[in-house]
Amino acid sequence: MSDLAARTRSGPGRLLIAVYAIFALSATARSAVQLGTHFSRAPLAYLLSAFAAAVYVVATVCLTRGNRTSRRIATISILVELAGVLVVGTLSLVVPHVFPDATVWSDYGQGYGYIPAVLPLLGLWWLRSTR
Amino acid sequence: MIEILAAVLTYVALAAAVWAAVLVVVGKPIQLREWHGLWLYGVVLLLEVGLLVQLVAGIVRLATADRQVDSLAYLGYLITALLIPPLAGFWALAERSRWGPAVMVVGCLTVPVLILRLGQVWDAHV
Repeated sequence: MSDLAARTRSGPGRLLIAVYAIFALSATARSAVQLGTHFSRAPLAYLLSAFAAAVYVVATVCLTRGNRTSRRIATISILVELAGVLVVGTLSLVVPHVFPDATVWSDYGQGYGYIPAVLPLLGLWWLRSTR
Repeated sequence: MIEILAAVLTYVALAAAVWAAVLVVVGKPIQLREWHGLWLYGVVLLLEVGLLVQLVAGIVRLATADRQVDSLAYLGYLITALLIPPLAGFWALAERSRWGPAVMVVGCLTVPVLILRLGQVWDAHV
């Protein structure tokens, strides 16, 4: 059991969790500022930002814990993240007026070097290869 | 003064990232008993002190600003930048392979991005 946890958070997993943590931290900070100062400007975009931040926090914590249950929760949250970046990315290009202000997932994460689109794929790959 | 500090901090962070990248390439974990690990963490400590100075200077700048600034976002970037080096440092130290310095590369590259965003928030018209 602890072997699994150690495997999950060592090697490439160490870097993966670090990147997740950076996204969790910056998405949370950004969303707190958006919700706190000008929520009415773009409610949908800002609620999505907050949701994305929560997903990153859950994924970070669960990957770090690394036991069987938390790995399952991590898998679900990473799948949600993947769906989020695909759906929001597509919507932000097709109906841009719905998102007057950018979220992490807008334009498939272009504002963040497309890392939001690549990160869930790497996360799922890592969870698979450490099973 | 804060612009010069931002530029210096950017170069210090990039220098630390390059050094950490060298450790990744030669496959060394972070070892504080070795000169290469000690130097890396010395530079990161210097970076952290500089970021602390930037936080204080930024708060003073906000308090004395003669126009509207998105002060909550500005503070957010100041504080996030301050949190990254120690968190990355502790997280990287526990790894006994080249993936430890890889964490430092990512952490040190995040700081210049945050400093860049900090400048954009300051220049933006609210």
